Amino acid sequence: MAHVQIDYTQEKPVMDAGDIGRAVTRIAHEILERNKGVARLALVGIRTGGVYLGHRLVRRIRDIEGVTVPIGELDITLYRDDLALRKEQPVLRKTSVPFDISDKIIVLVDDVLFTGRTIRAAMDGLMDLGRPAEIQLAVLIDRGHRQLPIKATYVGKNIPTSRDEEIQVLLEEAGEEDRVVISRA
Amino acid sequence: MSLKRKDLLSLAPLSVEEIALVLDTADSFKEVTGREIKKVPALRGRTVVNLFFEPSTRTRTSFELAAKRLSADVINFSPSSSSVVKGETLLDTARNIEAMQADIIVLRHPSAGAAEALARGVKSSVINAGDGWHEHPTQALLDLYTIRQRGLSFEGLKVAIVGDVAHSRVARSNIYALSKLGAEVRLIGPPTMMPWGVERLGARVYCNFDEGLTGVQVIMMLRLQLERQGRALFPTIREYARLYGLTGERVKLADPGAIVMHPGPINRGVEIAPEVADSLSSVILDQVANGVAVRMGILYLMSGAN
Repeated sequence: MAHVQIDYTQEKPVMDAGDIGRAVTRIAHEILERNKGVARLALVGIRTGGVYLGHRLVRRIRDIEGVTVPIGELDITLYRDDLALRKEQPVLRKTSVPFDISDKIIVLVDDVLFTGRTIRAAMDGLMDLGRPAEIQLAVLIDRGHRQLPIKATYVGKNIPTSRDEEIQVLLEEAGEEDRVVISRA
Repeated sequence: MSLKRKDLLSLAPLSVEEIALVLDTADSFKEVTGREIKKVPALRGRTVVNLFFEPSTRTRTSFELAAKRLSADVINFSPSSSSVVKGETLLDTARNIEAMQADIIVLRHPSAGAAEALARGVKSSVINAGDGWHEHPTQALLDLYTIRQRGLSFEGLKVAIVGDVAHSRVARSNIYALSKLGAEVRLIGPPTMMPWGVERLGARVYCNFDEGLTGVQVIMMLRLQLERQGRALFPTIREYARLYGLTGERVKLADPGAIVMHPGPINRGVEIAPEVADSLSSVILDQVANGVAVRMGILYLMSGAN
C-alpha cells in the first residue's frame, strides 16, 4: 500500500460555502428555538469575522421570523489580557453597539472559538456597556484548546485541531470565497 | 502600523501616517468617553505621572482623566509640593519618579527643551504637555482631531492662526502638523509677535487681520498671555483687541461655515468677542472634550513602546 503523506504546505479545506450557509441557518434556528422567538434578543459580533457572521445570522433570522434583530459590533482590543505584555499596541477598531443592552439576551458571535480569552474579553467589554439579562455564544468553528472555562451555546462545526495547526475562516465580506481551511501554523 | 516612539516631544518628526494613527485611535476612544461607564482596562497596572512645573488646570485634568479612564494609576506632582523647592533638579525628580516604576511621565515645564532633556535621562516614556515656547503636541493633535471631526479635510484647508505666534507652543505644533498634512497655514498678528523666519516652515504671515482671514475655513485664536509679556509687545490691550480681536463682523470675512478654535483659557473681549466664543461656529468646548479622547489615544499608543 502506498504511503500517503499529508502535505501541510497546502491548505486543507474543511467547510465550503454550502457548509457555512447551512451552519448559519441551523444556528439561526437554534437561537430562535432556545429563546422562543426574538423578544429581547440582540446580536453582538466580535470584530472582524464575528461581525460578518452576525449580520448573516440577522438576515437568516429575518428570513425565518420576519423580524430584524438589532446587531452591534464589538472591538475587544482594550480588554485583552495580554495588552501589557505585547511589544506593540494592536490597532484599535471601533466598538459600535447602538442599542441599550440592559436586560437583553445577547448572542455574542465569533468565527473561531479557541482558548476562550477573546470571549472573556468580549464579555468584560459587554458588561461595561450595560447589564444584559443573559449572554450566549455562537461560533462557526470550535477548535478546542480552551484555557478558560468557556463553552459555546451554538457551534457550527467542531474541528479538533493540534496546537500547531491554524484555522482560517474566509468570508465573502472580506473579499474571499466562503470557506474554512486548516493549515500548519 | 504603530507609534514606535519612546516619547512624544514634538510634532515636527511625526509622519503623516503616525498623525493619522493617533487621530484614528482617538476616534475609538471618543466612543469610550460617550459610554455610561467611561472606563476600559487597557492600562491596568501601568503608572502615569503628571509632572507639572507650570500651573495648568485644563491639560493636567485632561491627562489625569484620560489615564484614569484607561485604568492606569495616576500620580500628580507639582513643584510647590515636591522636593523641587528643596533644590532638586528636574532630572533627579524624574529619576526618583522612575524608580517608583512610572511607565509614562507627562511633563509641563516653563523651559523649552525640558521634555527632551528629561526623555534622554529616563527610561520611562515622556509626553510633552507643553515646554516653554517650544511645543504642545497633544494640544495640536486635539485641534487636528476637532477639525477632522467637523468633516474638514486637511489637504488644501486654509487655516488662520491668530495672535502671539512667537510665544505660542500651541501655534508651533500646529504649524508643523498642519503644513505636513497639506493645509495652507496663515499666521496673523502684530510683527512684534511673529517668530523670526517663520516663513521657512511654509506658513504665510499677515499683519492685517482682515486680509489674512479672508476665505479661511478654520480660525485658530491664540490666548494673549497677559501674565507673561505684560504690555511690552503692544501699546494697549484695547488697541490689540481692536486690531486682532475676533468679532462677529470679522468672522463673516472667513469661509461661510468656518470654525473658530481657541486652546483656552480665553480672554473674553480681548482676543475673542463673547458672542463669537459662544456662537455656533465656536468649537472651543469640543476641543476640551476631544482632548480627553486624544490623550487616551496617545497614552494607549505610548504604553506599548516600553
